[in-house]
Amino acid sequence: MAAPARYRPSRRALALFLALVALLLTVAASLAIGSREIPLHTVWDALRGLPVTSGDAAAVLDLRVPRTVIGLTAGIALGVSGAIIQAVTRNPLADPGILGVNAGSAFFVSLAVGLLGVTSPQGYLWFAFLGAFVATVIVSLIGAVGRGAASPARLTLAGVALGAVLTGIVSAVRLSDPKSFEILQVWESGSLQDRGWDVAAPVIPFIAAGLLLAALLGPSLNAMALGDDLAASLGTRLVRTRLLAIVAVTLLAGGATAMAGPIAFVGLMIPHIARWIVGPDQRWIIALTVLLAPVLLLASDIVARVVLRPGELPVGVVTAIVGAPVLIVLVRRRRVSGL
Amino acid sequence: MTATMRGARGEVIRRPRRALAVTIALAVTALVLAFVALGLGDYPLDPLEVVRAAFASDGSFATTIVLDWRLPRVLVALLFGAALGLSGALFQSLTRNPLGSPDIIGFSTGSYTGALLVITVLGTGYVSTALGALIGGMLTALLVYLLAYRQGMQGFRLIIVGIAVTAMLQSFNIWLLLRSSTEVAMTASIWGAGSLSLVGWPQAWPSLIAFAILFPAALLLTRPLRQLELGDEAARAHGLRVEGSRLVILIVGVALIAVVTATAGPIAFVALAAPQVAKRLTASAGLPLVPAALVGAVLLLVADQLAQHVLPGSVPVGVVTIVVGGAYLIWLLVREAKGRL
Repeated sequence: MAAPARYRPSRRALALFLALVALLLTVAASLAIGSREIPLHTVWDALRGLPVTSGDAAAVLDLRVPRTVIGLTAGIALGVSGAIIQAVTRNPLADPGILGVNAGSAFFVSLAVGLLGVTSPQGYLWFAFLGAFVATVIVSLIGAVGRGAASPARLTLAGVALGAVLTGIVSAVRLSDPKSFEILQVWESGSLQDRGWDVAAPVIPFIAAGLLLAALLGPSLNAMALGDDLAASLGTRLVRTRLLAIVAVTLLAGGATAMAGPIAFVGLMIPHIARWIVGPDQRWIIALTVLLAPVLLLASDIVARVVLRPGELPVGVVTAIVGAPVLIVLVRRRRVSGL
Repeated sequence: MTATMRGARGEVIRRPRRALAVTIALAVTALVLAFVALGLGDYPLDPLEVVRAAFASDGSFATTIVLDWRLPRVLVALLFGAALGLSGALFQSLTRNPLGSPDIIGFSTGSYTGALLVITVLGTGYVSTALGALIGGMLTALLVYLLAYRQGMQGFRLIIVGIAVTAMLQSFNIWLLLRSSTEVAMTASIWGAGSLSLVGWPQAWPSLIAFAILFPAALLLTRPLRQLELGDEAARAHGLRVEGSRLVILIVGVALIAVVTATAGPIAFVALAAPQVAKRLTASAGLPLVPAALVGAVLLLVADQLAQHVLPGSVPVGVVTIVVGGAYLIWLLVREAKGRL
């Protein structure tokens, strides 16, 4: 069976190339734009270690480079985890933010910060993973109650409910303990502001591992899109694939949340756009998502820096304003379950 | 209480006696809890002392505490809970879906947005804030309905659209808060968590007057509501003006939410849970309005007492209801899924 004309390899390669160009442009913009405007050539000089004014050098090297790297990795992680959840649950409305995975992560981190007094990113990283894992398992279990696949709407509601409960407890912890208030306030809203290498460095290896796992899962995810029975008859080990998918989502969504706090809708939008461009092959969807998701997160972050000058908006606020309409469009389509 | 009977096909036959008994029991519970709540605090009083303090009005310290400090908050918790329960029952009947409650569909967030706009642009003031909340809630209701409408209304589409609109409005609210001055933002965000801690008599009176109009109005809607539950066709056959009744129900439902939101901020999930709990307690086919209001009153009073006296620090009651109500929603989803086995 030949691929339909619109999904031919040349078209897919072109899509990847254009996405790469967009990503490079966004990264450059993310380094240059902010409360202090720095011309691109100065950014370039600073990156190469050439002498520039100390203010510019500090802004680029100490603030914007780590911020951009965090936006890049968190964007990739959120997008790919969204693609995996959508493929495994066959649910077009799935997203680690909407399904409460990020809220689970934030919940365990806030417990660690508020009750155990953990303050270093290395310390609470493990709690972020634990929370993402627990939330993913809970939502999958709620979705799996009853016969047949969970309806997208029910899974979404379960995630929203779980997210509401966990976020409620987080704000209770935050409000009842002034000491943890500050750390958690930055954390609760999903922001790339004031995050340095100390936050990024310990997380990046885990996200890399999650991405590797996602790449390996690609073929099995393709089979699972055909339905459990057909996938099993094609030789896919369903339980193993599901478990590995949960591990990958845990690493990716937990890692992203550990760096940037709970950010929703990136994992919802990008896989849909990717599927629309390159067709239903999960390997291509994941590849394009890797390039496009950070474009969205970094662009949202740039908007977040600019709209309230000299203050900033949490980036999660921008992604919600962009992403919520996408959710409405998706649910208005005739067949919500159509993946 | 086993006043229910099974009909020939296993359906529950309604017994008005059970509904009445449950209603009375709920009212008594609410009253007893209110007296207990009046005695709780840094200066504890037993219920007998509360009664003495309330009726002696001899200007003693206990009287001041009970009548001036604790009574408004307890009263407001009861009435706001009742309003939320009523509003939830109206909306859930209207959408014919247990999840179609105003907080899930986004009206509460919309009310908050309206009120925030008024506070940040015009400054505070009870009437203008309440109006802002009312208009915000109405517009959100309209927007959600329009966006979810596509060859008819489908419950789950309404809810998902509500979730999306809520997410956008919450983001808009954060933006509003961040761009306003620190003072205004502080006032608005204390209020945004959904708290009764700032309620005294001056804040209680206007909402009491509003409820004096809205509660009877809601009860007058019982008949059209029951007819609408039978389906549009049947209701029309009974001589009901379907669209008109629906609009009135919508307005009363949003007005109830708006009054609560204007005074206490968004208090989530009471409107979701109360009607369903009431329905199960009374074993009735539809959503009973008075029991729903009473369950709401008991829920909010208990949640507020928990927030005040059991939890450390100053946790707003909205946080308590969101945790309890969210857990209830998860249970509801699991149960609904099992029902389809």
